[in-house]
Amino acid sequence: MNDAVHSRLAEIVNKHESDILKEWLDNQRAEGTLSKSLEADVQQQSREFLALLKNTLRQGRTDMAAEWTDLRDLLTNLSRNRMEQGFTPSQTATFIFSLKQPLFERLRKELGQDADGLAREVWTATLLLDKLGLWTTEAYQKTREAVISRQQQDMLELSTPVVKLWHGILALPLIGTLDSERTQVVMESLLQQIVDTGADIAIIDITGVPLVDTLVAQHLLKTVAAARLMGADCIISGIRPQIAQTIVHLGVELGDVITKATLADAFAVALTRRGLAVQAVKP
Amino acid sequence: MDKIPILKLGDFLLVTIQVDMHDRLALALQDDLSSRVVSSGARGVLIDISALEIVDSFIGRMLGNIAAISALLDAVTVVVGMRPAVAITLVELGISLKSVRTALNVEKGMELLQQAFEPRSQHQ
Repeated sequence: MNDAVHSRLAEIVNKHESDILKEWLDNQRAEGTLSKSLEADVQQQSREFLALLKNTLRQGRTDMAAEWTDLRDLLTNLSRNRMEQGFTPSQTATFIFSLKQPLFERLRKELGQDADGLAREVWTATLLLDKLGLWTTEAYQKTREAVISRQQQDMLELSTPVVKLWHGILALPLIGTLDSERTQVVMESLLQQIVDTGADIAIIDITGVPLVDTLVAQHLLKTVAAARLMGADCIISGIRPQIAQTIVHLGVELGDVITKATLADAFAVALTRRGLAVQAVKP
Repeated sequence: MDKIPILKLGDFLLVTIQVDMHDRLALALQDDLSSRVVSSGARGVLIDISALEIVDSFIGRMLGNIAAISALLDAVTVVVGMRPAVAITLVELGISLKSVRTALNVEKGMELLQQAFEPRSQHQ
């Protein structure tokens, strides 16, 4: 591809910029990706995009080199915004693809008599717009992946809070399935809290754990053993009837760990251990 | 070769491990401690491992052995100040030190030892 071809594309875009923009916006409207509330935004974005495209084309390269950084940044931002507003990936990519028709129309009008030249220009423009379209999809995907991994992280942190119930008494309400990765996080945060608060009793509440099999029981026992090595005793509470049955049927040995049906019972045991009692103030 | 000092504190022996344990040091400590328990007639042994950052299965087993030896010589062993990372490592190694008493720090360990002997002195 020689430079003359590209300068031709740049020249055509330059010459018909406002017409292309108008038809492009019409196309986007027809595709239904341009709602009333977004009209101003999209017009602004389209205008910026065309201006950048024009400038970049003038530099004469279509292989997404360094000159295209500005354009790509624009598209990345656009994809991110659209994802946050709930657009689908195809709707986002339509932003680019709907530019094809007006652009090809102009090319045809300018180069109508030169079939070879037209074919060449159309091919160049198609390659370019396809690349840009794919870029928007990729950016959309990346943004979405970032959201997912952030949520995963949040969930991990949210689901393993260590609560101080009283001086020297910690509670660890577990919610969700207990796999080895989560056990690691749970263990680490519990042990750190034991160091920070100087607690000597920890209550592990498994009301929110949907299923206790041998593996989960093993993870629980590991946590209990680690806490014990730090000088804290553990009480396991919140064992639902079905869970108790499963544990027995599976033949899981919880050893000498104290188990209680409810968190309240476990708390009572913990208070007694520390020589405390809850008392009614009024008779 | 450096040695781990064993301090006598009333009825109890206090061992503070301040250096990285290697196997020979651990064996020497086991030797020293058992003879000190006998010679001093101590009733409790407090081992502070708050400065210990790296443990392996040998050191873990050694801690268990010390406790078992002391128990034979009628002394209670309390291991104090274990770091979270060390605790997790020991558990992953499958060493849960079931026969060893543990406490968060030296202060709590002392309390535990004193509590362990209170009922006996009250009976007398």
